[in-house]
Amino acid sequence: MCDQTFMAATFGPCDSCGKASPLMNIYIKSEAINYCSFCVEMMACQQLQKGETLQSLKKESDSLKKKLEEERGKLNDVELHQVAEKVEVLSSLSIKTRRVLKGHGNKVLCVDWCKDKRRLVSSSQDGKAIVWDAFTLNKVSEISLSVFYFDSNAQNGLDNKCSVVPLSLDKNENLAAKKKSVAMHTNYVSGCTFTNSDMQLLTSSGDGTCALWDVESGQLLQSFHGHTADVLSLDLAPSETGNTFVSGGCDMKANVWDMRSGQNIQSFESHESDINCVRYYPSGDAFASASDDATCRFYDLRADREVAVYQKDSVIFGASSVDFSLSGRLLFAGYNDYTINVWDVLKGTRVSILFGHENRVSRVRVSPDGTALCSASWDNTLRIWA
Amino acid sequence: MTINTMAKGGWQREQTICFRKMEKMIVAMQDPDMGMKLRNQRLLITVIPHAMTGHDIIIWLIHKYSVCEEEALHLGGMLVKYGYIYPLKEPRSLVLQPDESPYRFQTPYFWTSTRWPASELDYAIYLAKKNIRKQGELMEYEKERYSLLHKKINHTWDFVVMQAREQLRASKQRRKADRIVLECQEQAYWLINRPPPGVHNMLDVGLERQNNFNLRATLVSIEVHRRALGRNRVKSSICLEGFLKYSEQYQNHDPIMQGCLPSNPWISDDTAHWTMNTEMVPVPTRLRVERWSFSFMELLNDAMGRQEFMLYLEKEFSAENLYFWQACEEIRHGESSKIVEKVEEVYKNFLAPGAARWVNIDSKTMDKTLEGIKQPHRFVLDDAQMHIYFLMKKVCFCKLREKDHTNISANSLQHLIMFVFPFMRRQRHSSPSPAQAVAQATEEEGRHKGAG
Repeated sequence: MCDQTFMAATFGPCDSCGKASPLMNIYIKSEAINYCSFCVEMMACQQLQKGETLQSLKKESDSLKKKLEEERGKLNDVELHQVAEKVEVLSSLSIKTRRVLKGHGNKVLCVDWCKDKRRLVSSSQDGKAIVWDAFTLNKVSEISLSVFYFDSNAQNGLDNKCSVVPLSLDKNENLAAKKKSVAMHTNYVSGCTFTNSDMQLLTSSGDGTCALWDVESGQLLQSFHGHTADVLSLDLAPSETGNTFVSGGCDMKANVWDMRSGQNIQSFESHESDINCVRYYPSGDAFASASDDATCRFYDLRADREVAVYQKDSVIFGASSVDFSLSGRLLFAGYNDYTINVWDVLKGTRVSILFGHENRVSRVRVSPDGTALCSASWDNTLRIWA
Repeated sequence: MTINTMAKGGWQREQTICFRKMEKMIVAMQDPDMGMKLRNQRLLITVIPHAMTGHDIIIWLIHKYSVCEEEALHLGGMLVKYGYIYPLKEPRSLVLQPDESPYRFQTPYFWTSTRWPASELDYAIYLAKKNIRKQGELMEYEKERYSLLHKKINHTWDFVVMQAREQLRASKQRRKADRIVLECQEQAYWLINRPPPGVHNMLDVGLERQNNFNLRATLVSIEVHRRALGRNRVKSSICLEGFLKYSEQYQNHDPIMQGCLPSNPWISDDTAHWTMNTEMVPVPTRLRVERWSFSFMELLNDAMGRQEFMLYLEKEFSAENLYFWQACEEIRHGESSKIVEKVEEVYKNFLAPGAARWVNIDSKTMDKTLEGIKQPHRFVLDDAQMHIYFLMKKVCFCKLREKDHTNISANSLQHLIMFVFPFMRRQRHSSPSPAQAVAQATEEEGRHKGAG
């Protein structure tokens, strides 16, 4: 399918898709717009009505957003830090590095705890996934894959696929042979999580969608459309009915989805840059997000709004990952300036800052029983803090 | 002759934001009133103007951002790593020393945000200049790169050498101090854009984030906002109280905040805590049992809690509810291939008239479910399952908790333990661990108090 040739007077970002390409300068109702040829075709065939331009749609979207903020504001009778004034101030925590796991040959990108509270699985850009007994620092097994990101036992690959590898305690088993390819996206897979069993897998991708897969058959069960840029992270809700999840992406939005219907039930847009990570509060009534705008934010699902922003003047690098402590009182956030900041969720203040890593912190995870925090970093190591 | 195209989409966004913030910080540091005191620094025999010491930088950061020294050192260190401040002594190492070492602000011309991407041609000219200036001044890795470039852009090599010579000639006309400053500035710039081996690349941002659909974004936003306007919301004061209550309730269970008994294994290297809390133990710890009373989900999520609840239900002749719930969970989360047969089983055991474990569902839900079973799928039993879940929660679980709601949690917990979990009574005499010894002691106390 080749472009018609046309006289290109300018070259630059298309008003519609943003890609740098030769632009057609056209006029709609004497409003000049610059679209690449593909977008001109799209507009002609599909979505824009006559007289609609990008500018007019943007105006409509902005005014709706304003109305929405007003609606949300009506029930906003008090702020979180005000309510939290009666809560005791936290005494200073002495959290230190208790273990350093060395063994990866390149950036460690992802880590997750096993249910036994002491084993971890980590993946690295060196193409290996290692299962560690973090307590004894032993490597239980090493799996070679084109691994990039993963959760529990599933690994996301640079080849846009997500594979499930069964892990067993038998050292001699050739685990890579049992690897099963489950998910397939049209762009990189950024995050994945098992739903409450090992039978279904939720994935998020650079192609802007999330998807639910059946592990056994590899079949796509449900897909979730609504993000308008790469989706970077997702988390499953710990609620009683266990049917929703939240995702965050480069469109600065955090969306809550119903797993069964595929519908986007709630959306939050208050970050000023890409959202790198989303994580539910332990009760399931709220979630936190970490973003390149150097803030972490706390969103209340029942009040349907952002209720806290965790930021500090001296924190200027993007946050890559967040996780809550067991009680939900502390929020651990890993940043691109190699540090981990510990925030008091209720009061909005920073409790502590953890130094130690020598390059970006790519992921932080609290252990299932809340006894320790694990951080993975681009300095090729993992650290256990307690 | 290069077309000035827009930089690659998403991945540069992250860096741009950081750079802007760092630049703001740098500008504030140079503010004539609130900024740092700059003075002349002596470097060997030359006097370099407008310099500051590492110590000054740290003190300024401590005051401006109200941070501790360690954090100020780290933050200042990042400014140096990104080349906004460069060292005059030991200029090859972009590290902030908290002493009298002299530093200077990088000129905006050389800011990474201004001149990115650094081209091969520019790098070749820089290395050529260094090479010409003092033979053998190039480091090993620079020599290697120089010869590689020589091969790669050989066709422009005359231009490279000519430029290098011109720039050197022009710089000879400057004062020595200026010359040193210029050399340091340029060197700092290249240390970042072409890091030496072993030093990590500050400009590495990881995975490229490409996609962004402007038109689609706007259309989607409109739809989402419209739907959101019709949503039901809860008042903030109610929601926020919920978080306070939750955190307070779980505070004692949060090892990072309150520690755990007998000790945190990661700190003390003693795994007793894990041994005491494995999935199935003869006697669960007091904290664990307390947690079961927090919410129905906590009880069901803990294998032992679920077991004890089952025993209780069997006493009350309503165990079929929990069996039904478990069977539904297995269907919801189990293998797709087994759904049909599992649904059959569930129908036979729980829903069919005269079934062995018939569950009491309201007629509307029952009708809907029976209709749905004709075309079994993963979620066909959802409504029935939810009905039974809330039934168990309201009738059995909450009633247990309310039994002693007039007293504070300690006593009602004892009540809960003794009425619902009689096994705790049985274990009165043995106390294998301190955590349980505590539980036994207070239990005895509680009962005495209750009786007296």
